[in-house]
Amino acid sequence: MKKYIIQSLRLTLVLMVLLCVIYPLIVAFAGGFSKGKGGGEKITKNGKVIGYAAIGQSFTKPEYFWGRPSAVGYNAAGSAGSNKGPSNPDYLKEVSNRIDTLLKYNPSLKRSDIPADMVTASGSGLDPNISEQGAIIQIKRIAAYRKIDEKSVTELVVKNTQGPLMGLFGPSSVNVLKLNLALDELKK
Amino acid sequence: MNTELLGIIATYLLTLVIAIPLGKYLAKVFAGERVWTDFLKPIESGIYKLSGINPKEEMNWKQHMKALLTINLVWLVYGFFVLMYQDKLPMNPDGNPGMTPDLSFNTIISFVVNCNLQHYSGETGVTYLTQHFVLMFLQFVSCATGIAAAVVLFKAFRDKTSTKLGNFWEFFVRSITRLLLPLSLVMAIILAFNGSPTSYEGKDQFISVQGDTVNVSRGPAAAFIAIKHLGTNGGGWFGANSTHPLENPNYITNMVELIAQVIIPIAMVIAFGIFIRRKRLGWMIFGVMTIGMLLLLIPTVSSELGGSPAIAKMGISQATGAMEGKEVRFGPAISAYWSTVTTIISTGSVNSMHDSTMPLTGAWQLLGMMINSFYGGCGVGVLNYFIYLIIAVFISGLMVGRTPEFLGHKVEAREVKIAALITLLSPFLILTGTAIASYVFTNHGEAAWAVQPKNWLNNPGFHGFSEMLYEMTSSNANNGSGFEGLGDNNVFWNVATGFVLFLGRFLPIIGPIAIAGLLGAKKYIPESAGTLKTDTLTFSLMTFAVIVVLNALSYFPALALGPLAEYFTMLK
Repeated sequence: MKKYIIQSLRLTLVLMVLLCVIYPLIVAFAGGFSKGKGGGEKITKNGKVIGYAAIGQSFTKPEYFWGRPSAVGYNAAGSAGSNKGPSNPDYLKEVSNRIDTLLKYNPSLKRSDIPADMVTASGSGLDPNISEQGAIIQIKRIAAYRKIDEKSVTELVVKNTQGPLMGLFGPSSVNVLKLNLALDELKK
Repeated sequence: MNTELLGIIATYLLTLVIAIPLGKYLAKVFAGERVWTDFLKPIESGIYKLSGINPKEEMNWKQHMKALLTINLVWLVYGFFVLMYQDKLPMNPDGNPGMTPDLSFNTIISFVVNCNLQHYSGETGVTYLTQHFVLMFLQFVSCATGIAAAVVLFKAFRDKTSTKLGNFWEFFVRSITRLLLPLSLVMAIILAFNGSPTSYEGKDQFISVQGDTVNVSRGPAAAFIAIKHLGTNGGGWFGANSTHPLENPNYITNMVELIAQVIIPIAMVIAFGIFIRRKRLGWMIFGVMTIGMLLLLIPTVSSELGGSPAIAKMGISQATGAMEGKEVRFGPAISAYWSTVTTIISTGSVNSMHDSTMPLTGAWQLLGMMINSFYGGCGVGVLNYFIYLIIAVFISGLMVGRTPEFLGHKVEAREVKIAALITLLSPFLILTGTAIASYVFTNHGEAAWAVQPKNWLNNPGFHGFSEMLYEMTSSNANNGSGFEGLGDNNVFWNVATGFVLFLGRFLPIIGPIAIAGLLGAKKYIPESAGTLKTDTLTFSLMTFAVIVVLNALSYFPALALGPLAEYFTMLK
């Protein structure tokens, strides 16, 4: 028994050097060559960081494309989903309110045009994407608020829609931050 | 066919393409045959020398278990204190606090037993030091523990009669050097180049487009996320686990993480067949497990793609399926696939929030964890399945009226008793655990704990009951996912699940190893016309029936009170 204890202690120490020091340092070194240099890919405007490409941020102004509802208000230091069950009455009321808000700001919308992702909270609370349909239903509003023609906004949405992986696997999506930045560029 | 379903098929096929050769490779590695990674031998010799280990020293099954339990105990004690005092240790750029004793107790057991149930949140509850030197370290070694234990079982059936079952340390070290570490390295680098952070910098701050000040948690996550999946651990670097855009940035990383967590469980089954020189048995087991997986997967995908009936009533389009708790970049189909594989292989990593999935999906997730051996966790999946095999052998033996035997060894009262006890352990822990939790919730709602019992459910009614049932099931299965709405960071849940985790890990390891050890030492009876062959289609069906009957009898009432009741109330 004593033999096993000593062997266990020594083996633990040796493996710690291998697994907790050498291994992550190699990964950190390799990560230094990635796009974000290991710190996450940032997006800058006029020399200032205004967001992370992968992390969704809150858009509430009517002249911007809105992202998905977030259970944590897009707090990137405290990710979480709503964890609301499908039969929870309070939750269903919340969804219903979100639909009303969308209808209020986008009066020409029919209920059946609204995709589920625009009225449900994401798993992380930081979803950077919305579905293509989620962007399309906002085009009219944005064109009206920005006093630009719908066609150019539609073109932007198409340009910023990322199709399935290799055109074959998974859903298509729109990165809300990148789309909104492109929208700001358009104004000039 | 739509691209979301194609994504599922491609992911599973890629998994097989990697897992099957990996199984052949593992069989050779553990048999000590020549393989291309032999150039790593000097590193292993170095590890043995520094640790004072002689890898040639043969152990019997009891010595194996002593070694296994001793080193696990060392990790428990070490981690408990480091987590409690992490605020006073270096590598804490975000200034996170130490854990309370009950949270530390729960967390350390949870990571030692390969479960990774998390009652803390990654961004605020741990430091970079504890993430790497406690949690990630345990993600490697707990997985290696499971694999090494499975190899002990392999050894017992390789030769005709044997009490010498190899050296535990050798199996353990090789699992790391020949399997987990190289694969983790490759995977972590893939993740890093797809956007998972690797640097040790603390939180970042920026002003968003609309002018909000945003803090972003980061840290050296890629290395952690790799072994989290390869080792069927599942504990997230961030609170939101693999739904988090830095933990699982895109569809490619999602596929990589999905494949990584399934390859070792499948490879171990293939390796078992090859190692004991009964390939057919290995494939038969693989077949039963795959059918079991499909029977859980297909209804899960269909229930998620169908969307929420309550939201459908509001007139909303759910073209792709139910979206609450899911990420747009993955979509409901692959999220449903993820929820099935992670619950059957006890990973507990999530790329969508299980609490918000449809009621029937919840039932399939629970059932996956209750059965816990359709592929199963690293190493332990085979051990769990072995118990079902022994029960099936016993029942078949009774049906044909002869002494049951398994691979040429008589299965007698002692072995069957052990198997029966292990079979009963899971329903005992899950059901009594849930019953006690429900009792406390209804009768002691005001107890002065960090989370008061009356407040610990995030959802009312049947779904609330499911939250408690899920927590206990996940703990017993060493899965680690949760219906995360449950307010579980209080002394009750921390201590109760701590014990369930511990018993649900070590007894189901010791039991099968004891049976294998006892059987392996018995005289070998050559096959004859009267032998019950275990690698036939009939016997595989028998095993499948045993699995279905045992689990249906144990869990149907509990499932009926939770997810099934919720399903039927939503129908009206």
